[in-house]
Amino acid sequence: MSSFARFIRPAIGAWALLLLIMAVPTPSLAQQVNPTASSVNERQLLQEMDRIQGRVSIPDQRSSVLVQPAGREWREFRNVALRWIGGVAMLGMLAVLVIFYLTRGMVRLESGRSGRTIVRFNTFERFVHWMTATCFVILAISGLNITFGRPLLLPLIGFDAFSEWSQWAKFAHNYLSFPFTIGVVLIFLMWIGGNIPNKVDLEWIKRGGGLIGHDHPPARRFNAGQKGIYWIVVIGGGIVAATGYQLMFPFYLTGIEGMQIAQVVHSIVAVLFIAAMLAHIYIGTIGMEGAFEAMGSGEVDVNWAREHHSLWLDQQSARSGPNDSQPRPRHAASAAE
Amino acid sequence: MARMKFLCDADRCIECNACVTACKNEHEVPWGINRRRVVTIADGKPGERSVSMACMHCTDAPCAAVCPVNCFYTTADGVVLHSKDLCIGCGYCFYACPFGAPQYPKVGNFGSRGKMDKCTYCAGGPEADGSKEEYEKYGANRLAEGKLPLCAEMCSTKSLLAGDGEIIAQIYKERVLKRGYGSGAWGWKTAYRETIES
Repeated sequence: MSSFARFIRPAIGAWALLLLIMAVPTPSLAQQVNPTASSVNERQLLQEMDRIQGRVSIPDQRSSVLVQPAGREWREFRNVALRWIGGVAMLGMLAVLVIFYLTRGMVRLESGRSGRTIVRFNTFERFVHWMTATCFVILAISGLNITFGRPLLLPLIGFDAFSEWSQWAKFAHNYLSFPFTIGVVLIFLMWIGGNIPNKVDLEWIKRGGGLIGHDHPPARRFNAGQKGIYWIVVIGGGIVAATGYQLMFPFYLTGIEGMQIAQVVHSIVAVLFIAAMLAHIYIGTIGMEGAFEAMGSGEVDVNWAREHHSLWLDQQSARSGPNDSQPRPRHAASAAE
Repeated sequence: MARMKFLCDADRCIECNACVTACKNEHEVPWGINRRRVVTIADGKPGERSVSMACMHCTDAPCAAVCPVNCFYTTADGVVLHSKDLCIGCGYCFYACPFGAPQYPKVGNFGSRGKMDKCTYCAGGPEADGSKEEYEKYGANRLAEGKLPLCAEMCSTKSLLAGDGEIIAQIYKERVLKRGYGSGAWGWKTAYRETIES
């Protein structure tokens, strides 16, 4: 019996020791291995960078961006800031034009029509102008539809009709960007000669360009105002085209942040561009007597040229003489004979 | 009404990509589009974690806010769905989405975008539940059959949880309490403006 006890006692002791060893270090082991202690942390990663990116095993590597909250700022811009910028720029310009028209009225041909004309823009120039202009109007309407259509047009025509129209507008916006870009490039090349700012422009601006009062400051082929429009079209059109293509070809050049920035630049430049073009359309139509003919028939009245582009008229007359003097001086000449 | 959410327990995800495969198969998702993907962060380094991510069906969803044609809607369960009949494929939801969920099949030239496709929480679209049209456009509507999203249902480690936000948050909290650690509910702060404190 005692021998059995002698045998069992150390066994129990050994068991107790084993239990003690197993019981004691287990919690300490669990404390040592805390898998999250060194693991990546979402909050920390977002603070370090504006996005969390990793590795994916699917072929689409763009999907390796896990979280990117930057879209929130872009959303604010698109839904709030852009609508204010665009609304103020375009409605503000319209208001200025209406007030200007009501107070100043149409800029008249003060010396009346002479009945003689001079070629101002040839067929090619007018073709390029109207191609670009037509594209611009459609691009502007379809672009404004993306920003202002949902609050303004959708409630009027309903979901289905609005979606159908927006789909066509999107196609138009995408495809007409090509002729528009070609137009901007051609405008840049064919009129760059007359649009380098010079001293005459300073004088023209100082004298209010003839818009204020009834002054007629001298100007060459393009006055300072027209040069302004030219550079707005060339620079604005260039920026809109570059950013637009970046959006049309997603991920060819940049990732998502690049596209967000491109959309911001594209839309701001576009609404300012539209505001500027409203003024251009105004002065080319109801704003000034005899101005539309320049881009309509391509020939302007000699008196219009004298009032608005005196230096250019002198230059042209010195070269060849007013072109429609063909019938008249010829008559006069024959009468003299 | 339940508020459906996704929760990926990154401490359990083993990056088996079964959720990705199951989703593609269940909805016959077009080639080149993945409604769900598994992203591994700090790959091969200590502290590496994998997170399965798809559309999180955000509260006040950014995609819905910026859509020019208002094609998104939120169901009574808080699931963010969209109508492919109204979508014009402009790409705006993709600029706004924090999770890169919206994707566009390439149609025609110049990589122009087709109708947007994203995770539907296995809840189909605006068409009649379980109809052929719904399946062709959006995939299966498991929610209408009383089932949860397949990705979470078949997750081998039960890392990906789907269901009522409060219930899955509770499950996650209990796990964290029991095992003593948790790297948090990834994307919840961005999607739902809340985190699960543990």
